[in-house]
Amino acid sequence: MAREVIAYIIHKEGIADDTAIEMISAAHKIDPDAKLIALVAGSGPQLDTVCNQIAASFQEVWKIDNEALAYPDAELIRPILTGILPSGSIVLFPNNTFGMDLTPGLSIKLDTAYLADVVDFEGIEKGKLKTVRQEYSGQVSTHVLCDISKGIIITVRPGAFKADESKTFNGSIIDKTNEAFQEGIPRVARRFLEIVEAEVGEVDITKSEILISVGRGIEDEDNLEIVFDLAEALGGDVSCSRPIVDAKWMEKSRQVGTSGQTVKPKVYIALGISGSFQHLGGIKGAPFIVAVNKNPKAPIFQIADVGVVQDLLDFIPELTDKINEIKG
Amino acid sequence: MEILVCVKRVPDTSENEIEVNSDGTDIERGDLVYSVNEWDNYAVEEAIQIRDKIGGSITVVSVGDDDAEEVIRREMAMGADRGILLSDKVFEGADGRAIASIIKAEVDKGKYDLILTGAQADDGAGQVGGMLAAMLDWPYASLVNYLEVIDNQKIKVGREIEGGNQEIHEINLPCVLSIQTGINEPRYVGIRGIRKVASAELPIHGAKELGISPEAVGHTGAKVQKVDYFVPDLGEGAEILEGSTDEIVEQLVELLKSKGGIK
Repeated sequence: MAREVIAYIIHKEGIADDTAIEMISAAHKIDPDAKLIALVAGSGPQLDTVCNQIAASFQEVWKIDNEALAYPDAELIRPILTGILPSGSIVLFPNNTFGMDLTPGLSIKLDTAYLADVVDFEGIEKGKLKTVRQEYSGQVSTHVLCDISKGIIITVRPGAFKADESKTFNGSIIDKTNEAFQEGIPRVARRFLEIVEAEVGEVDITKSEILISVGRGIEDEDNLEIVFDLAEALGGDVSCSRPIVDAKWMEKSRQVGTSGQTVKPKVYIALGISGSFQHLGGIKGAPFIVAVNKNPKAPIFQIADVGVVQDLLDFIPELTDKINEIKG
Repeated sequence: MEILVCVKRVPDTSENEIEVNSDGTDIERGDLVYSVNEWDNYAVEEAIQIRDKIGGSITVVSVGDDDAEEVIRREMAMGADRGILLSDKVFEGADGRAIASIIKAEVDKGKYDLILTGAQADDGAGQVGGMLAAMLDWPYASLVNYLEVIDNQKIKVGREIEGGNQEIHEINLPCVLSIQTGINEPRYVGIRGIRKVASAELPIHGAKELGISPEAVGHTGAKVQKVDYFVPDLGEGAEILEGSTDEIVEQLVELLKSKGGIK
C-alpha cells in the first residue's frame, strides 16, 4: 500500500491558501509515490468551495464541516484531529501562526515525532525521513533525521516549496464530520473572542513603489533620521523590520513581514536587516532589492539583487548626499 | 499568581556571525557571545509586571549545562524570585519533546498557575511550550503579544497573527503561553543587579531528582536528530558592490536610477 501524506489546508473566505499546493511538492519530495490526502476543516458553503478547488490537486479530500469550526481555533481543532488522524501518518501543516499554535501539542496527543519549519525534504532512507531546517535566522542549515515509525507531524515553511499545480486528480471528497465529532464538540479551556484588525498608520507602505526599510542594524532611535533623509532624497517611504517596532521606534503599520504588511514595491532597500523568512515573506512582486549590512553572512544577501557590505551608519549619509547632489 | 518562566541560553546573533565548524558537526562555538534568548526576556518582564500588579512569585527554569546558570541569574537580577537549573549529563542531545518532559517533571513538583516561554529560540522551532501544555493537559496560546489577568480563574490574551492582526482569546488557568517580542519593554539589568543575586541559592535538579528515566531523554530518546550543519545554498545571491565607499555609492546610484529607485 502506498504511503499516505496528509496535508492540512488553510483557507479563508472560500479560497485555499497558497501553502495548499506548496505542500504537494513537499509531499512529493518525501515520497514520490505517496498518496496525497488533503484535510479541510471549516463550515458551510465556503468549505465546499475550498474542497472542490482542492480536489483537483489531491487524490482524496477529507472534509470536516461544523459551525464550531467557522473560525480555525487551534485548541478546538487539536482534539478533533487527535480523534481522526490514523496512527503512523505523515501529516503536513504550514508553519504559520495557526500551525505553530496547533502542532506541537498535537504531536504529544498523537505520540508521534515532531519537526517544525522544514524547508526541504531529501526522501526516506531506512525508515528515516531526511529533512532540511535552518537555524539562527537562516545563517546555517541542518539536516535532521526523523524516526517516522510512529508517524510524524511536520510544519513546512510557507514559500519554501514550489507551488505544484501539475497534478490533476479530481480526488474524491470524503465527509469525516461524524467521525470527527462522535464525542460531540470538544470542551476546551480557551475561547476565541474576536480579531482585532491592524491599525492603519500615517503611511500606507503597501502602496509604495520605493521602500527604504530599516532593521536592527540602525542601532539607535536617533539614527533613524538618516533613513528618513535617504527616503526623502529617493522619493520613497520608510518601512522597517520587526525589532524596530518591538523597540517602539516606529508604528506597527510600517512593519514588513508575515506579522506585518505585505508590500510590493519596485525597489526595496534593506538597511541593517538580516532577512528572516518572516520578513522576506512580506515582500512580494519581485522588486529590485538592495541590501546594506555589515555582516556578509546575513541571509538578506541570498535574495538581494545587489549587496553592500558596510556599516549603514557611515554608508547611508554618503549615499543620500550623492543623490541630493545629482538632483541638484 | 505563581508563575514559571522557561528560559534558554543561546548564542547572541546580534553579537556573532554564526558559522559552521570545520567538520560540519556543529556551529563554530569558540568565540561565541552567549546571552538569554531574546524572546525569554519578554516572558520574564511580563511575569514581573503581573506579579507586581497582583502579587505572587516567579520561578525561572532552564534546561542546560552549568553555563545556563548565568542566564538564570540574569533573569533573577531582572526581578524573578528564584531560579532552578535542570541539568544532567543524560539530558545531552535532548530534542524538543524531551526538553518539554524534563520541564514537566519540574512543574509536577510545584504548583503553578501560569507558565511562560519565549515564542521561539535559536533553532526557531517554537515547540516546547505547546508540547508542555499538551503533556500537562493545560490550555495553550502561542505568539502572545497581549495579556490581561481577569481573575484567578482566567486571563485574556492576544495572539499575533498574520497581517499585523490580533486574535483575542479568554483562557482558563492554569495555562501555558508562548510570549512574542514587543508585548512589553524588558527592563535593563545592570552589573549591580547581577552582583546582588550572584550568591543567591540556585538548586540544580537532575534526572534523579526529577524522577526521569535516562532512556526517555537525551540522544537515545530523541525521535528527531540533527546529523550535520551546512551553509545554505546561496543560489545566485546578491552582486556585492566592491571598491571604495565613493565607488560603491556611484555604482549604486546608477543601478537605482535604472531600476526606478529615484523619483
